[in-house]
Amino acid sequence: MKIASLFRTLASIALFFASIAFSPAYAQLRVEISGVGESQIPIAIASFADESVAPQQVTAIIKADLARSGMFKLVDSNTVLSESSTINYKEWRARGVDALAVGSVQRQPDGRINVRYRLLDVGKSAELSGFALADHPNNVRLTAHRIADDIYQKLTGVRGIFATRIAYVTKAGNGYRLEVADADGEGTRVALRSKEPIISPSWSPDGTKVAYVSFEARKPVVYVQNLVTSSRKVIANYKGSNSAPSWSPDGSKLAIALSRDGLTQVYMVNADGSGLRRLTDNQNINTEPRFSADGQSIYFTSDRSGGPQIYRMGLDGSSVQRVTFGGSYNISPRASPDGKLLAFISRRDGGFHLYTLDLSNGQELRLSDSARDESPSFSPNSKYIMFATESGRRGALSVVSVDGRAKHRLTTHAGDIREPTWGPFMK
Amino acid sequence: MRQFKLLAVLMSSALLLGACSSAVKLDDESNRAKVEDRSADTRTVSTVTTASADPLSDPQGVLAKRSVYFDLDSYTVKEEYNALVDAHAKFLGKNTSRKIIIQGNTDERGGREYNLALGQKRAEAVRKAMSLLGVSEAQIEAVSFGKEKPKATGSDEAAWSENRRADIVY
Repeated sequence: MKIASLFRTLASIALFFASIAFSPAYAQLRVEISGVGESQIPIAIASFADESVAPQQVTAIIKADLARSGMFKLVDSNTVLSESSTINYKEWRARGVDALAVGSVQRQPDGRINVRYRLLDVGKSAELSGFALADHPNNVRLTAHRIADDIYQKLTGVRGIFATRIAYVTKAGNGYRLEVADADGEGTRVALRSKEPIISPSWSPDGTKVAYVSFEARKPVVYVQNLVTSSRKVIANYKGSNSAPSWSPDGSKLAIALSRDGLTQVYMVNADGSGLRRLTDNQNINTEPRFSADGQSIYFTSDRSGGPQIYRMGLDGSSVQRVTFGGSYNISPRASPDGKLLAFISRRDGGFHLYTLDLSNGQELRLSDSARDESPSFSPNSKYIMFATESGRRGALSVVSVDGRAKHRLTTHAGDIREPTWGPFMK
Repeated sequence: MRQFKLLAVLMSSALLLGACSSAVKLDDESNRAKVEDRSADTRTVSTVTTASADPLSDPQGVLAKRSVYFDLDSYTVKEEYNALVDAHAKFLGKNTSRKIIIQGNTDERGGREYNLALGQKRAEAVRKAMSLLGVSEAQIEAVSFGKEKPKATGSDEAAWSENRRADIVY
């Protein structure tokens, strides 16, 4: 008996050291939930059987994902239930639970961690979903996120974003870093380290590259960096300032802002930097180009009417139409991937706030009560917006659901965090 | 009798000493005067200050001032900076191998990309003013730092007005 428990202890110590060997070198972002959705689905996540064989505990990750979404009321459950356990539906119905997730974790002979999962409809006493995923021990978090995505999708009808990644810029002391992290703030990796500012990062649609503006050459220059190989290409370093890169939905082109002809104007260029074409051409500032969801038009910021407002134009620069009319200062247009909304920043009552515009009826909705909002970015399922704001005196990231109800904040323990960009769905 | 002799000795010593020293003094003075006079022409060293080879490094010169400040929401060069612009334009006109970068800045309020464009507008205003004075395009590049590299930190008017600025950098 004693020897068995000694072996168990040694095994878990070994596992612990194995897990730190794989864990990232930088502190994670801290998550604080401050708002929940209007109506929440009551769900219980049973403790997955044998989950301690894996370097990460899947049950806690799934619960945290669903809690952050604001769409679920997590009913306490410390019961261990595997996919083969007998389920007492009556008892779960009595506890007011609509859905129950169960599962187990095994370490396979080939070293991979296999997670089995089932989602049960408590009202119907039936299975809603289930699968098994085997992957490298490094990817246990990703597996847990995929299960949370499946639960979210089966119960809300919308694709989940728990397995997505975000990129953002941190400033600490005299250094700037472009970092990539999971959507829950874990697993941070540094993509670029610089003594000069980095702004306007933007994910390529296939999630393998990030375009950004770096001031390392003592002027703003647009780069595209391959995250996998870390190779970089200068996309635009014309005379003057080069900035605001935005990918076309098919990843073949970038819209950018260049001051090579005097004032800042919107240009289009191929993803490799060739084929430069100017799209705007007047005596005003035109900047912050963003493709529409269908890739057929470009939203941009222009001060042609006196102050900055948001406009839309065709891919050849024609058919310019004004889009924002509320207030005297509207900037940073971002189109939701489902084509329904435009997020932007508006200066009202002396503060800079996140707003959305319903493109079908022109209705505006203010989404934040903070006063120094910047750089909104839609989640790939169009249901959440991440943006930069201030927490205390430091830069932080905020996430809000598009109805304004579910909210959470991501902060870093040292320095400012800003310029978020939400990555795409990936295989 | 003895007192008188003592007094006489004392007085005469004093006189002698006085006479000696003054005699020496006089001699020295005249000798010194003679020495100086004799060497006045050949041993004097007078200082020559050359004009600085690079007028840019003269802290008192017209080119020492390199910053143009702007009012809130303003992107035109105020009259008070005409002399500064003029001085740099003249220098660049005479020294066509010299180049400048004009760096435009804004205060911290507002979005990053829009402020980058506003900072550019300030740099461009200074560039245009020089161009109108005949400076060739090849000698100037106007760039913007937007609100990314503030000179003054703080969220008050003092910091804001320090940051609404275009700098000429050689």
